[in-house]
Amino acid sequence: MIEMSGISKAFSGNVVLDKVEFKLADGEIHALMGENGAGKSTMMKILSGIYTKDSGNIKVDGQLVNFKSPKDAEKLGIHVIHQELNILPDLTVVQNLFLGKEKTYGKTGILKNREMEKEAAKLLSKLGFNINPKKRAGDLSVGQQQIIEIAKAIASEAKYIVMDEPTAALTDREIETLFKTVRELKEKGISFVYISHRMEEIFAICDRITILRDGQYIGVRNIPETTFDEIVEMMVGRELGERFPTRQCEIGVTKLQVRNLSVNGLFENISFTVNKGEVLGVAGLMGAGRTEVAQTIFGYRKASNGEVFIDGKKVSIKSPIDAMKYGIGFVTEDRKTQGLVLDFSIQENIALANLEKCSSSGVINKSKQQSMVTKYIEELKIRTSGPEQAAKSLSGGNQQKVVIAKWLGTEPEILILDEPTRGVDIGAKKEIYHIINKLAESGVAILMISSELPEVIGVADRVIVMQEGKLTGEVMKEEMTQEIIMHYATGGEKVGQL
Amino acid sequence: MVNYKNKELLTKLGPLFGLLLLIIIVSILNPNFLSIANIFNVLRQVSISAIIALGMTFVILTGGIDLSVGSTLALTGAVAASLLAGGTDPFVAMGIALVLGLFLGAVNGVIITKGKVAPFIATLATMTIYRGLTLVFTDGKPISNLGDHYTFQLFGKGYFLGFPVPVVTMVISFFVLYFILQKTTFGRRVYAVGGNEEAAKLSGINADRVKIAVYAITGFLAALSALILTSRLNSAQPTAGESYELDAIAAVVLGGTSLNGGKGWIFGTLIGALIIGVLNNGMNLIGVSSFWQQVVKGIVILLAVLLDRKKTA
Repeated sequence: MIEMSGISKAFSGNVVLDKVEFKLADGEIHALMGENGAGKSTMMKILSGIYTKDSGNIKVDGQLVNFKSPKDAEKLGIHVIHQELNILPDLTVVQNLFLGKEKTYGKTGILKNREMEKEAAKLLSKLGFNINPKKRAGDLSVGQQQIIEIAKAIASEAKYIVMDEPTAALTDREIETLFKTVRELKEKGISFVYISHRMEEIFAICDRITILRDGQYIGVRNIPETTFDEIVEMMVGRELGERFPTRQCEIGVTKLQVRNLSVNGLFENISFTVNKGEVLGVAGLMGAGRTEVAQTIFGYRKASNGEVFIDGKKVSIKSPIDAMKYGIGFVTEDRKTQGLVLDFSIQENIALANLEKCSSSGVINKSKQQSMVTKYIEELKIRTSGPEQAAKSLSGGNQQKVVIAKWLGTEPEILILDEPTRGVDIGAKKEIYHIINKLAESGVAILMISSELPEVIGVADRVIVMQEGKLTGEVMKEEMTQEIIMHYATGGEKVGQL
Repeated sequence: MVNYKNKELLTKLGPLFGLLLLIIIVSILNPNFLSIANIFNVLRQVSISAIIALGMTFVILTGGIDLSVGSTLALTGAVAASLLAGGTDPFVAMGIALVLGLFLGAVNGVIITKGKVAPFIATLATMTIYRGLTLVFTDGKPISNLGDHYTFQLFGKGYFLGFPVPVVTMVISFFVLYFILQKTTFGRRVYAVGGNEEAAKLSGINADRVKIAVYAITGFLAALSALILTSRLNSAQPTAGESYELDAIAAVVLGGTSLNGGKGWIFGTLIGALIIGVLNNGMNLIGVSSFWQQVVKGIVILLAVLLDRKKTA
């Protein structure tokens, strides 16, 4: 049992945790929730010895402890699985499992390979995970790698496992496998701290939930006794109202038409249309080829076949520059690797797709740049100390808004949004939905790729579903249910509930 | 967050403090260092490597590297010299050399972007190729007897408003390049490509074109240095500019520009080049043996990078 009480922490005078409580019982799955910047990760970094607390107590099994390094925490069985997995793709599963803890003949440094392999096989089968331990870890799916991480924790006799957004990159089926594993380990008395923005998952797997807001402890609830709305209210400190705001919008004529678009080996014969003022959802499992379709429309990938029409006219888009000329904007999936130059300021990032507008004859016009940026910071409610703030120091939700602002600056007529709310907290999510609505109302044709089914159903007017590079279905607003979309996304296989 | 900007400024000015400290130490050990004649001497020596380093800053900001600058210098210098020796008008000869530099640089850029060759490998190859071409062109012999062209002589040895012309050239180059990098859309694109190439491309930036341009700029500046050197020596050596690429890279790094690209500023490079120049000159004045000079220079570079690492960590 872990009891953290009165935990405070400040960074250079900036209080990020103020007397926060957190209790983790043995054999429970405990969600830690809060908006970005609420202090969840700081709390977990203190628990795992990465940060030291300024004040407060941590007790493990009733014993007062004081961690000076992650090693100290690990000795007591506290193990963190970070969002970015610590898997070395070129090593085998066994090598990953025993990384840094290799079994050797005495102190010679000579490895006991066979023994480690045997032990790994035993461990994996105990976890109900059938995989060849000699397989290269990079060849596993992200979901399987996640389970390897758990196996690593178990191998080092972890009793408390902290999981940070474990399902962000998993397919629904992988999530099921993960949950099964977690539940089984829970039966054996292992406790989990589960950090996620996905409410459905938390209600599906967690026993209790602790809520933080702005570095403060707000409360703890037993999952069966609380509601979605109560949790959201605790998190944002106010009633959020409708999760998906409605929009009043006339759907106009066809804006974008894609006909038989293919890229060899990735997807084939994709055809669909998006109308002015319409939000077309694109659902499917991870790896179904949705992002690749978007990249191809945007000219970032070369189509091997197919045609694209804008306003009824056939267009040839060979590069993002061409796409932008036709009024297409593309809010990419991964803001850190594709959306932002992290070392750039907010202002420089927003200007990046709008350099022509922010300059005259090649020289950057500071005041033009400034007025554009200030406008979007206000319009999108980007919370920042100013346009000069570095993008990397913003929270996920605000980073996402910067990427959106960059594309709004280009005044797109067609906007592709690829997972627009991934890793974004619930308050910012709603603000992003508002932005989508406003754009649609002003006549922009929107293509929204999303893996969160409630989001697709709540936001899209119509949804197309892809499975393994093929278009498998189209669902109208009235008919949208999670079941029917999943049915198409999995190619008709039966899908269990979460 | 409040002192974020100050901290950044401090990081940026670190090299300047280093330079000042170095100047103080050297002038205490040998007061002659501060004589006008010696200061001009240092600046004139520095100008050649500094101009190359300014170009190298562009390349390194995009996350690349250019090892071929020394060979470009030799080849463009040899071409200019042979044209002059053949009686070509000095302006035409200088123009041809500069265009050749631009072209040789652009070739690097094309190999790197269109051929998708790592910059280190691509320019390692062209370094050898350009040096080889210089040897073929000169038949391995220096080109002298450049004739008595006043304008050309002025370029390396003359004075403008009391300042040595190479120093003036260096200062003008610095201001032009500073302007390009900090105030123009092209400069912004250079930082963006180095900071996150994928994001830059997805924002409608033609990353290949930016890269080709930075290598071309570097080639052009190497040719500019070649003209100064050729004018000063009144001859072109086929072995000119050997290992200049390393001094240029050292100056960029000393100036605080990250070899990973995307981070740094060109003023730092100027300071970095001056640090190396003062170090060379100071050690000569103090009478440090040339063997030990290399050891000291290496240690200074290492210290600077270690200090920088500590600040950013």
